Amino acid sequence: MAMLEIKNVDISYGNNVTVKDCSLTLGQAEICSIVGESGSGKTTVIRAVLGLLAGGGKVTAGDIVFEGRSLLKNSKKEWRQLRGHDISMIFQDSGAMMNQTRTIGKSFVEYIRTHEQLSKKEAWEKGAEMLERMRLPDGDRIMRSYPFQLSGGMRQRVGIAMGMTYQPKLLLADEPTSALDVTTQAQIVRQMMELRDEYGTSIILVTHDLGVASYMGDKIVVMKNGRIEDKGNRDHMLYETENTYTKMLLDAVPSLGGRRYV
Amino acid sequence: MFNEKELILEAKHVTRRFPAAGGRELIACNDINLKFYKGKTLGLVGESGCGKSTFMRFLVWLDKPSEGEIIYHGKDITKLKGKELHKNRQNIQMVFQDPSTSFNPKMKIRDIVCEPLLNYHRIKPSEKDATARRLLEMVELPGDFADRFPHNMSGGQRQRVAIARALALEPEIIVMDEATSALDVSVQKSVIELITRLQREKDITIGFICHNLGLVQSFSHQIAVMYLGNIVEVMPGENMAQVCCHPYSKALLDAVFDTKMDFSKKIEPIKGEPPSPLDVPTGCPFQDRCEKCMEICRKEKPRLTALSPEHEVACHLFAKGERA
Repeated sequence: MAMLEIKNVDISYGNNVTVKDCSLTLGQAEICSIVGESGSGKTTVIRAVLGLLAGGGKVTAGDIVFEGRSLLKNSKKEWRQLRGHDISMIFQDSGAMMNQTRTIGKSFVEYIRTHEQLSKKEAWEKGAEMLERMRLPDGDRIMRSYPFQLSGGMRQRVGIAMGMTYQPKLLLADEPTSALDVTTQAQIVRQMMELRDEYGTSIILVTHDLGVASYMGDKIVVMKNGRIEDKGNRDHMLYETENTYTKMLLDAVPSLGGRRYV
Repeated sequence: MFNEKELILEAKHVTRRFPAAGGRELIACNDINLKFYKGKTLGLVGESGCGKSTFMRFLVWLDKPSEGEIIYHGKDITKLKGKELHKNRQNIQMVFQDPSTSFNPKMKIRDIVCEPLLNYHRIKPSEKDATARRLLEMVELPGDFADRFPHNMSGGQRQRVAIARALALEPEIIVMDEATSALDVSVQKSVIELITRLQREKDITIGFICHNLGLVQSFSHQIAVMYLGNIVEVMPGENMAQVCCHPYSKALLDAVFDTKMDFSKKIEPIKGEPPSPLDVPTGCPFQDRCEKCMEICRKEKPRLTALSPEHEVACHLFAKGERA
């Protein structure tokens, strides 16, 4: 059975239909990459899965089903239990999602204590351990730091550590590597692949980088102007697709030893 | 490939120090030597904070090096002042990373692209309309865009306007600081095509800062790799994937994801992050992240050594000028 099913969903902000007729299924331990140009509605889709549409956005048609239950009818309390426990999200800049005036530890402890009855000390230890599992040396020091004291790559790892604390079944990643250097990007990509291999986490990855999308994704979905333009398995999308838009995007990716302009 | 007569700008032993708290010093650029040739592109690659933008800013007088000289047509441009400096600014122009913040939002596109020309009294205010149209058409935008404001345009269109503005004075050198990294891949491709076409037509020298090696190798004639304020390798852009040999350049290459790579291969990223530029280790700056680190790397800093006329590398593995 598919873990997540998005069935013919329309999403509107006010009277504007931003995403139209979007369908997608995701199985256990599967990675699906959503690619597209800016403004194509890719982030809107994954925000809808978590019920986090900004500025009065609403799912106006269709259904989103997670493990056999519709997410659209969730009460506030049900959302609170689900978010960060069964479904987690990693943002483009994880530092920006945290309160800048509080240490990482304080935010982390608060998050852990929402989901589990632990003392502050136990929660702190759990957080520090989680950071170290995500290859952040000296978890205790990082727990005592403020977000702005860490580099972009470290902040992103803190975001992944937080998201992975309860080993969610589904991880939503919104441009997790776009703000990072290539070397750090490679580290984060590798770490996300390991999450899938070790914990069986399913991942939806939203990115505009077709290289990363095809390295990570079992499936690739191409979006354009709020509609799904093309979708399929990676090999199909890279080598067999007939869709002209997909081909145009693929052709635009600079590759090593590929086309030279001079 | 590079004719010494075509050399138009040369940086010699350029160093920039910034004072830091506690009486310490931050060395952003350490003894940089680079050559720019007429009509060629130099790609400068490195992680954020390695000093690549700091260096390029010297060329457009946004900053001055603490030591060293930059020779442009036989003159040290870091010593220029007053009228002469004003006159020289026409020859080297810049395109910034984010076009939406490098324009005045209250100016129309017409005023933006004509401002440099008016500033140097090259055109009369009455000629503005025709000039703006000509410049916009040069970058493949409709001439009617002259009446728009920057916020009425997409990112790719704004970047084209930025290129038109930089080219208005017909400079010899253009510095592009990550000029395409804010753009979508399809737009990025068309901007690169535009830049290379204009370069061929006008014989412009380009200094291009980038951190994506896949992109930079597709249109650079020479590529310099920078790490923690030091140039670690300078090589020709053609076949760089085969010729590059510094462990850091190789690591950068391995970190490139493209759609034609082998997906079953596990990526092996280099570990950790660059150390703080405030306490650069003695010896090779890359020692702590290098797999091939030897004893000598911890003691002595490698110098740039020529492997071939166009290929230099700073690494003890190649100290004798031969490939290991």
